[in-house]
Order: sequence, then C-alpha cells, then structure tokens
Amino acid sequence: MDTKIKIRNLNLYYGNFQALSDVEMDIYDNKITALIGPSGCGKSTFLRTLNRMNDLIGSVKIDGNVLLDNQNIYEKDYDVIRLRRKIGMVFQKPNPFPKSIYENIVYGPRIHGTKEKQKLDEIVETTLKEVALWDEVKDRLKKPAMGLSGGQQQRLCIARCLAVHPEIILMDEPTSALDPVATLRIESLLEELVKKYTIVIVTHNMQQAGRVSDYTSFFLNGKVLESDETDIIFSNPNNKKTEDYITGRFG
Amino acid sequence: MKAFEKAIEKLLLICAITATLSVVIITLFIFKEGVSVLKDYGIVNFIFGSKWSPTNGQYGILPLIAGSLSVTLGALVIGIPTGLACAIFLSEVAHKRSAKVLKSAVELLAGIPSVVYGFFGLAVLVPGIRQYILPMVQLINKDATTSGFSILAGAIILAIMILPTIVSISENAISSVPIEYKEASLALGANHQETITRVIVPAAKSGIISSIILGMGRAIGETMAVILITGNMPKVPGSALDSVATLTGTIAMEMGYATPEHQKALFAVGIVLFIMIVLLNIAANFTLHKLGGQTND
Repeated sequence: MDTKIKIRNLNLYYGNFQALSDVEMDIYDNKITALIGPSGCGKSTFLRTLNRMNDLIGSVKIDGNVLLDNQNIYEKDYDVIRLRRKIGMVFQKPNPFPKSIYENIVYGPRIHGTKEKQKLDEIVETTLKEVALWDEVKDRLKKPAMGLSGGQQQRLCIARCLAVHPEIILMDEPTSALDPVATLRIESLLEELVKKYTIVIVTHNMQQAGRVSDYTSFFLNGKVLESDETDIIFSNPNNKKTEDYITGRFG
Repeated sequence: MKAFEKAIEKLLLICAITATLSVVIITLFIFKEGVSVLKDYGIVNFIFGSKWSPTNGQYGILPLIAGSLSVTLGALVIGIPTGLACAIFLSEVAHKRSAKVLKSAVELLAGIPSVVYGFFGLAVLVPGIRQYILPMVQLINKDATTSGFSILAGAIILAIMILPTIVSISENAISSVPIEYKEASLALGANHQETITRVIVPAAKSGIISSIILGMGRAIGETMAVILITGNMPKVPGSALDSVATLTGTIAMEMGYATPEHQKALFAVGIVLFIMIVLLNIAANFTLHKLGGQTND
C-alpha cells in the first residue's frame, strides 16, 4: 500500500494560538481517511493545510513537512496552482458558482487551458456521470446551478472538482448541510470515487466515518491522539479518550 | 402618555406626507408649466428639432439632448473602467488598512461642491486641452480646433464626480460576494486574477451595474460643473473637442432672462430631463432585482 501524503511535525499557529501541534499522519493511496474529533479540534484546519487553503489567512504560520509524492508542499517556490489541481476540495456548504451547471463544471478545465467545445462537453458528461447527476440534469445544463437541490449542488461541486483530474479529494464535512437521503447518495458515491481517487474526509458523524472510511484519525485540541484502520479505531481503540468520543461520552 | 404617543405619530405622518407630497407637487408643477409648449410646438418638433434659438422662437432640443448624452457617455467611458478597477483594488488587492484610507479618500470626492469641480476644470482642464490635447489631435486631423471648452473637459470632470458612486457601490457589491465562491475557485487551481475576473466580478455584477446607472443619473443631472466647462453652444457636436450645451446647463443659464414662452420651453426641457432620470432609476432598480435574484431560474 502506497503512502500518498506524509505529514510530519506539522505545527500551525493563528497568531499566538497554536491550532495544530506535532501532527503526524500518513494518507494512503486510493483509501478513504476520515478525520474525526469535537468542534474546534483542528481537523478542518488540518485538512486545509493539505491544499494550502490556509494561505488565504494572513496571520497563519505553518512549520513542518507535508510531503506529497515525497515533495514538501510548503517548500519555497512550490507551485500552489499545480498543487490545487492535484488536490481538489469539496466544502461544507455546497458552493456552486452563480453560473449554469455547465459553466460550473468547465470552469476548472477552462482555467487550465482546455478550449475546444467538444472536449468540454465530454468533460461535463463524464464528470456528471461519475457523480450520478447526469440523468437528473442533462436537459438543463444551461440552467443556473443554484436551482438544484442541496444534495445535487454538492454532487455538482464534487463533479466540478473531478473535472480538473485531481489525485486527491479533500472533503470538509460534505454532508453536514444535507438531508439523510442526499447524505446516503454522497456516501455511496464515495465508495465509487475511492477506486480512482484518494479521499480525506472531515466528518462530525461517527456512523459516517465508520461506514465509509478505511482509516480514521482522531483529533483533540490540535493533536492527533490516534490513527489507525477504521475497524480498529471503532472496535478496539488504544486511547481512552478516543473510545469516550466514539461512544458519545463527550464532544 | 398615550396622547403624547399619538401626537408623535401624527407628527411623523405629517413629515412623511410632506416628503412624498413635495415630489408630487414638483412633478405636477413642471408638467403644468411645460406641457403647453410641448402641445403647441409638437413633441416631435421639440425633441428632434435641431435648432435651439429661443430668441427666434425655435425650441428644438436635439442639440441639448446630444450635449447631455455625449458628456455623460464620455464620463462613463472614463469613469467605469477607473471606478471598477478602483473598487476591485480596494476590495481584493489592497491591504485592509490602506483600503480604508483610500476608500474614505474616494468618498471625500462626493463632498466637494460641484462648482469647485467646475472651477478646477476651468482652470486646469480647459487650458490643458487647448495647449496639449489639441496639438496631438492636429497631428491626425489638421483642421481640428477647440477653445478647450468641450465634451472632453466635461466628460473628465463628470467622470471624477461619479467615481465615488461607482467605487463605493461596486466595492460593497464585490466585498459581499461570499468567500465560498472565492475558495471554490482557488481550490480548483485558479489564481487570484482569474478568480477576480471570472468569479468575483460576475457574481457582483448586479451591484456594479446599478452603481453605473446611478452614476449615469448623477452625470446627466449635474449642472454647475458642466456650465463652466462645456462651452454652452447648443449645436449637435461633431467631435469630443466641440463645445456643447446640456439640458441642465441650458435651464440654469437661460431661466433668469427668459420670456414667458421661453420659460415654458425650459420647463419642457425639465420634463424631458425628469423622464430620462426616472427611466434610469427604474432601470437601476430593475437590474438590482433581476440580477440580484440569481438563486432561482
């Protein structure tokens, strides 16, 4: 089994506040890694260090190594644009652009230089099929994406992310704004996607982590308390706090 | 206590009625004074007549409309790119603290009395155009002449005057684009510039368009500054260096010495101006609602 991302000694500070301390983790190729933990424990912050979205915040300071294919993404002169093509992101709230469904999907490919209409049409069809949205929207591709339901919007966002051919997909509580049916659809979609992509998912929902993930890391107060195969974490955790959290005794 | 509250309520009601009534009364008054000329002279003759010569009883306001529109259009050509660039810089590029200073500086422009703008134009732009712009134009067109009092001077001054409107409303619209859109774009590997031009500005377009329309309304209605620098020649202009008279400028200049019939004609000019501005405001509201409601299809 190959390690896709190696995180070593990762520390992150917002001004004087240390949000992540000495995080070490391996993210494996073509597996789903779930990040769990109570609110404010740093799991979303950690997720955002993987595609350098924290760069947007002025007061952030990061040290340590995040090795993607053995290259540190925090190295000076590392190409952030290429990094973000390789590592796609799906957000907590579905955030399609206020454009048509079609325009949402082709946004990324266009930016990265695909111009031929035929190719773009193809990308739209294949990615929408990948997220099982094609049949629902194929007759209204030119309609505003905002007219879709929340679950459809989130699948569109996943399709938009797939359109730039990432290797890894980061998901920040992708189902927390969705109803149970839409949530299940996204979860079964994850099982399909993991055949081709490496997935890291932040979730508040223990059952979801148990259902979909291969590996789970438990975060508490900016530290990773425990990382292991999901089955082990859920059946026989090493750390008492992990067990308390999973069984719902706090958090 | 009860009686006191009642009295306050009545007072507020009176204030509200006064405000609304003033609009109605002013409108009625302009129409009452002006309509007879429109009727006698003929609306088509009045609006499309190309000769404005009140002493000879000729009231064709086409030159005035052309004057107002050309100066306004020029102001928009200069003001929109400048204002939009400024708004983008303030909301997306500049650091928070310097953006604050710059923004209040731009808003300060709105507080300068228009006669001061006019005077600035008279002292700087008019001679500047005569001395520097004219020779440049003459390289291409030998026959070009100008006194400096021109559409160009008016357009530049009006462009500066509408900047605060365009900048502050556009800046608000751009700043209120949800950060999620920006994040989504960056996460797809777009750079900052692509994100601004392809996501943020399009998402803010309803606000930007209404800022432009409001700026346009301000430019058409502006009087004092244009009187001082556009030359006030009621002729349909042939180039940006020609002198023009505007609708507003003509009313302000001629009302003082006008004969009764001439006065009525000026009121009719007021009607035309009034209708133009009302239409612009309706258009502004319409685009705000139409484009603002993007959540539905």
